[in-house]
Amino acid sequence: MTTYVDQLINKEYIDIPKYSPKDFKADIDVRWCAGCGGFSILAQVQRIMPDLGVPKEKISFVSGIGCSSRFPYYMNVYGFHGIHGRALAIASGLKVARPDLSVWVATGDGDCMSIGGNHLIHTCRRNVDINVIMFNNEIYSLTKGQASPLSKVGQKTKSSPLGLLDDPFNPTSLVLGSGASFVARGYDKDPGQLKYLFERAAKHKGFAFVEVYTNCVIFNDGAFEEYTRRETKFESTIMLEHGKPLIFGEKHNKGIKMDGYRPVVVDLDDGIHSVNDLIVHNEQDSTLALILSDMSFMEGLPRPMGVIQAIERPTYDEKVTWQIEHEIEVKGQPDIQKLLKGSDSWEIN
Amino acid sequence: MEKQIIELEAATIRFAGDSGDGMQLTGTQFSDTSAGLGNEVNTFPDYPSEIRAPEGTLYGVSAYQVHFGNRKTNTPGDEIDVLVAMNASSLKVNLKHVRKNGIIIANKAGFKDKNLKLAKYEVSPLEDGSLQNYQVFAYDINEMVRNILQDSGLSTKDVDRTKNLFALGLAYCLFDRPLAATEKWLTKKFGKKPEILEANLKVLREGFNFASENQDMIVRYHIKPANLEKGTYRNITGNEAVALGLVTAANRANMPLFLGSYPITPATEILHHISGYKQYGVKHMQMEDEIGGITSAIGAAYGGALAVTTTSGPGLSLKVEAMGLAVILELPLVIVDVQRAGPSTGLPTKPEQSDLYIAMWGRHGEAPMPVLAATSSTNCFEMTVEAVRLALKYMTPVILLTDGYLAQGSEAWKVPDVNTIPEIKVNFATNPEGFAPYNRDPETQARMWAIPGTPGLEHRIGGLEKENGSGLVSHDPMNHQRMCEIREAKVANIANDIPPVTVDGPESGDLLVVSWGSTHGAIKNALYSLRQKGHEVSHVSLNYINPLPRNLEEVMRRFKRILVPEMNLGQLKTLLQAKYLIPIIGYHKIQGNTFTSKEIEYKIEQLLSEKEN
Ligand code: SF4
Repeated sequence: MTTYVDQLINKEYIDIPKYSPKDFKADIDVRWCAGCGGFSILAQVQRIMPDLGVPKEKISFVSGIGCSSRFPYYMNVYGFHGIHGRALAIASGLKVARPDLSVWVATGDGDCMSIGGNHLIHTCRRNVDINVIMFNNEIYSLTKGQASPLSKVGQKTKSSPLGLLDDPFNPTSLVLGSGASFVARGYDKDPGQLKYLFERAAKHKGFAFVEVYTNCVIFNDGAFEEYTRRETKFESTIMLEHGKPLIFGEKHNKGIKMDGYRPVVVDLDDGIHSVNDLIVHNEQDSTLALILSDMSFMEGLPRPMGVIQAIERPTYDEKVTWQIEHEIEVKGQPDIQKLLKGSDSWEIN
Repeated sequence: MEKQIIELEAATIRFAGDSGDGMQLTGTQFSDTSAGLGNEVNTFPDYPSEIRAPEGTLYGVSAYQVHFGNRKTNTPGDEIDVLVAMNASSLKVNLKHVRKNGIIIANKAGFKDKNLKLAKYEVSPLEDGSLQNYQVFAYDINEMVRNILQDSGLSTKDVDRTKNLFALGLAYCLFDRPLAATEKWLTKKFGKKPEILEANLKVLREGFNFASENQDMIVRYHIKPANLEKGTYRNITGNEAVALGLVTAANRANMPLFLGSYPITPATEILHHISGYKQYGVKHMQMEDEIGGITSAIGAAYGGALAVTTTSGPGLSLKVEAMGLAVILELPLVIVDVQRAGPSTGLPTKPEQSDLYIAMWGRHGEAPMPVLAATSSTNCFEMTVEAVRLALKYMTPVILLTDGYLAQGSEAWKVPDVNTIPEIKVNFATNPEGFAPYNRDPETQARMWAIPGTPGLEHRIGGLEKENGSGLVSHDPMNHQRMCEIREAKVANIANDIPPVTVDGPESGDLLVVSWGSTHGAIKNALYSLRQKGHEVSHVSLNYINPLPRNLEEVMRRFKRILVPEMNLGQLKTLLQAKYLIPIIGYHKIQGNTFTSKEIEYKIEQLLSEKEN
């Protein structure tokens, strides 16, 4: 007998309604502070939803705890506001139980990288097909301003008034090292690119991780200014494009080339270097992805923005389904009575 | 040789040896043969906690105990009637449990100087007269099997490995059991290795013949079949019963099963079993930690699966926050806690009943949930199905408490006909008309369960307090009180949906024993013995701790004194006293093993004599 869940999983849709972004707005006030970077993320997520080709009822947002984790309440789809750090484990269970759903996780740098760090690395390695948006504001904001595992060394926060002693994680390197198949980075003030990254994440089959530099106007205002302000961003960031050489700078006159195993900046106007010397971005090259990601924390190198890696490999949830199908194929349709009886039973007459 | 036949009601045999001596297998064979003859059977494996303990040591002893009888055996047996000791260490570790005048079958080859030294014996106990209170039969079994198999062409190592079968054959003769079941099993196991099969069969038969012709062994014991209901039977451990209970309940509820778990002794076998049930559409995730175990299950429950997490004490401690989440989400979830001795790592392989407080009250905030307890290995099956029923009907997490003793012990189980197990009805919300996620069923107070994929019912839930009905986040103080009261009342109301307690023994009187969980078996055996001595004592065995059965207070008030034996320092006692304001006599054993029925019997006799004085 097929279960109700099976019916939902196998339901065929002839035509999916035409949605508009406002169909995805929940009828509730967004309670973030005015100017919070979260608004930009919310707007872009709502913008891409109509074109996913997924019926609204098949979309679920899961979150943990923090300012970012209020996100599901603002989306008019199925939503689950979990507990601190556990969003990825909750979402993994949901996706494995319901491979038909488009499962999204909204999380923050504290929720995801600190208390939820263990779930993060394991969800990456399993390649569960979920899309994670990590609102990185380099601070604990909902608890009012403590250092997060992404805060900078020396940063003065409420919990590090004399300057922070811990070194931060490099988040993209952490997830790449843990086996994430899709890794990207964007920032709140570039909505066009955010939209593109979210679309790419949605289309990616497998674990997709999008880090978004998200300004917290209250507790860590300007943390990403260097990478987002017009005056500095062209020199401090580099936009990655698949198949294109790594060129940056306001005048497009700088590039990245490999010097041994290290990426270095070269001046394309120096008469020595040309475009041909530069690294060409390849989203499917996992070695390159690690090099690019590591650049984020290297002195004098620009921070890569965009899709760092996009590699498809079988997802955990589909493997679970295949294993079940395979077992049924080999052993036949389930017979509970036989299972209960086991292999060493006897009769009493 | 003509032997004297002695009829017994029940007997306990323990096969003990070194980890590599095959004692688990030997014990299982003895148990299966006895069960196949129609005896009631309870067994308990006793493994060393080290994975590969050094050979011959005291801590490397592995044993398997079988209690079999013509009446309900209830426990794996307190006192050993027959101890098979394959080496000196296994004798030393187990001797204290052998009854006076009991039989010891010793393998002399395991009592050489080296063995004695490892067992910390100065002189061989077989020779110093220290075993004069027992009937000792000591033979060099290694030498005997070498003689039997001298022409087999097998290596000495392979030959020596058959010695457990010689001991088994001997035990079969002693208890007048046929070899057929073990012969069949051996044939199945070694069918592809005819020379090994031949050797094993030969040794088994020779062991039997040796005992049958042995001049010293003049007695044979006989135990009649028990009066068992007709049907198909099998042996089952508590952990396997839980696993089967889950699959069966999922079938009766017509729902997919999801297990989120993390390995922990002594609960891990549930994960082992479930992970092998892929053919039944079961999904499982072995998560990165205990918290991942329960939260993945909660995610699956949100998606409409019958979701389960399994663990033991330390893991339960880690799951506590998520259990609170499940309470406020009002999602169905089954949490199986196979209790072990704590606190902290405690005695990981030893049972205890000390998680009752954490199950009842171990969460922050007002977070009530039903708490069930299984009383025997086979009862684990029924209580698992029941936990699922309550979770689904009332939209609530449910805790099922078992323990290491039930989990690893086995019992003969009458395999139920799946179709006779009632269907479990689940009402998924599908109608958007007037839908709100915290609208409730007027009878059960269960909230509506709308799962993703259902058009028009998109909604948000979470750990923040929700407004009743709408399910919107609400900080309204009055709503919070109301929601706390609703959740409390919802669980309390389950008392009307569970069976009232029945009293075993007189309905009123002087002494009532109240128990929960696995102490059940020892108490039943103690009562059996007390009744034979003419004492009237009554017993109530609890399967439900929260809510308690609705007639429990009234039943307790019909007795002058209440005794609660438990493997903790008085957790049920405290609960019952607090609830009913009835004074209770506690009896606490917290030694990493269960009560023996003798201990319970003495305690009751002591109480009865105090009365008389
Ligand atoms: S505290 Fe910071 S992160 Fe939180 S809502 Fe306000 S601006 Fe956004």
